[in-house]
Amino acid sequence: MGGMHGLGPVAPEDEAAPVFHHPWEARTHAMVLASPTRGNIDVGRHRREKIPGPDYLRMTYYEKWLAGLCGLLVEQGLVSAEELRSGRADPAAAKAEPRLSAEATPAAMRRSGSYVREIGTPAAFEVGDAVRARNLHPTGHIRLPRYARGRLGVIVARHGAHVLPDSNAHGKGEDPRHLYTVSFAAQELWGPDARAGDSVRLDLWEPYLERP
Amino acid sequence: MSERGGMAHDHHDHDHDHGPDHGQAPPSDIALRVKALESLLIEKGLVDPAALDAIVDHFETKVGPRNGARVVARAWTDPAYRKRLLADATSAISELGYTGSQGEHMVAVENAPGVHNLVVCTLCSCYPWPVLGLPPVWYKSSPYRSRAVIDPRGVLAEFGTVLAGDVAIQVWDSTAEVRYLVIPERPAGTEQLSEADLAALVTRDGMIGTARL
Repeated sequence: MGGMHGLGPVAPEDEAAPVFHHPWEARTHAMVLASPTRGNIDVGRHRREKIPGPDYLRMTYYEKWLAGLCGLLVEQGLVSAEELRSGRADPAAAKAEPRLSAEATPAAMRRSGSYVREIGTPAAFEVGDAVRARNLHPTGHIRLPRYARGRLGVIVARHGAHVLPDSNAHGKGEDPRHLYTVSFAAQELWGPDARAGDSVRLDLWEPYLERP
Repeated sequence: MSERGGMAHDHHDHDHDHGPDHGQAPPSDIALRVKALESLLIEKGLVDPAALDAIVDHFETKVGPRNGARVVARAWTDPAYRKRLLADATSAISELGYTGSQGEHMVAVENAPGVHNLVVCTLCSCYPWPVLGLPPVWYKSSPYRSRAVIDPRGVLAEFGTVLAGDVAIQVWDSTAEVRYLVIPERPAGTEQLSEADLAALVTRDGMIGTARL
């Protein structure tokens, strides 16, 4: 939704506000992190993106998380649609073992994975290179915002090869590709009304980029 | 209703007087739906309720913007640390013990007299959990996600933040797994303050970039 007008003013909130505004938000957040559906961040993101647009705009943040969690539980065969509807476990279904215990949680919350992978292919671009974001409109998952597609930018940082969400979100493997930070002049993205000198920087994978 | 996960209700009876994404006035049935889901997942052995308690405790008490404030105060007072932070923020931040999901690949971006940095995730809600905790409601909201990139000055004005005309804004849209932490400028007249006192001056919004200190 980057660049859309008309979605209303931002409503700032004090830093002292509670982390969760309702207990159900806290439980939803915790269930998403503890559930066996967690493990592939791109699958979870894509599942929330598949919420139909009008619903997506209407729903609160944790309503989307709840919808995404319920969708994944059913799609991955962990909960049946009937169980979800009734709220009661099918007595014939096997009982699982939770993947995360209370004792293991503090360490698990501090564990850092990595999305960087070693690949044999050298990076195609260097810092300072001019690039154009490709004009791509797949029906599946992509992390190239619409507002940058077709726009000219400059590579300002390289991050090595990272897991490619376009592939990983669809269970097609990690397919790691070189990742770059690309700076776009605000006027290139938004036209002459934008302020000269302002810029927007995006982290974009090599398949999203081409030489202009 | 499969997209919304079922649990016996649709959204027609939800109370949206306060609008979406404001964390107010939850749909009347959602607390019950979440409770029912938790009971179901416990019954099926898919989650341990004590682990859920521990996760909530982690996000309510162990991570939050005070962590990031310590990183900033250290960078202000220790030039060698600042250098390490700007060169490899993930490693420099882990020196202070802040690691975990959504902090795997950290980058620190420094404000300067002519440069102001602002962080957003237009695609979802990416945010550096280990140093800032969970994002505030507004950060995840459609208004912020849509306008931070096209109208950063207008968004800043809604926070009461006005930049001089010659300041260039760099907006960082967190589209991959890199997470950004803004290092605000150290306020003038703070030369005598201790690192702990300096950390107390650093606000969450200052580290997102919607405020200056």
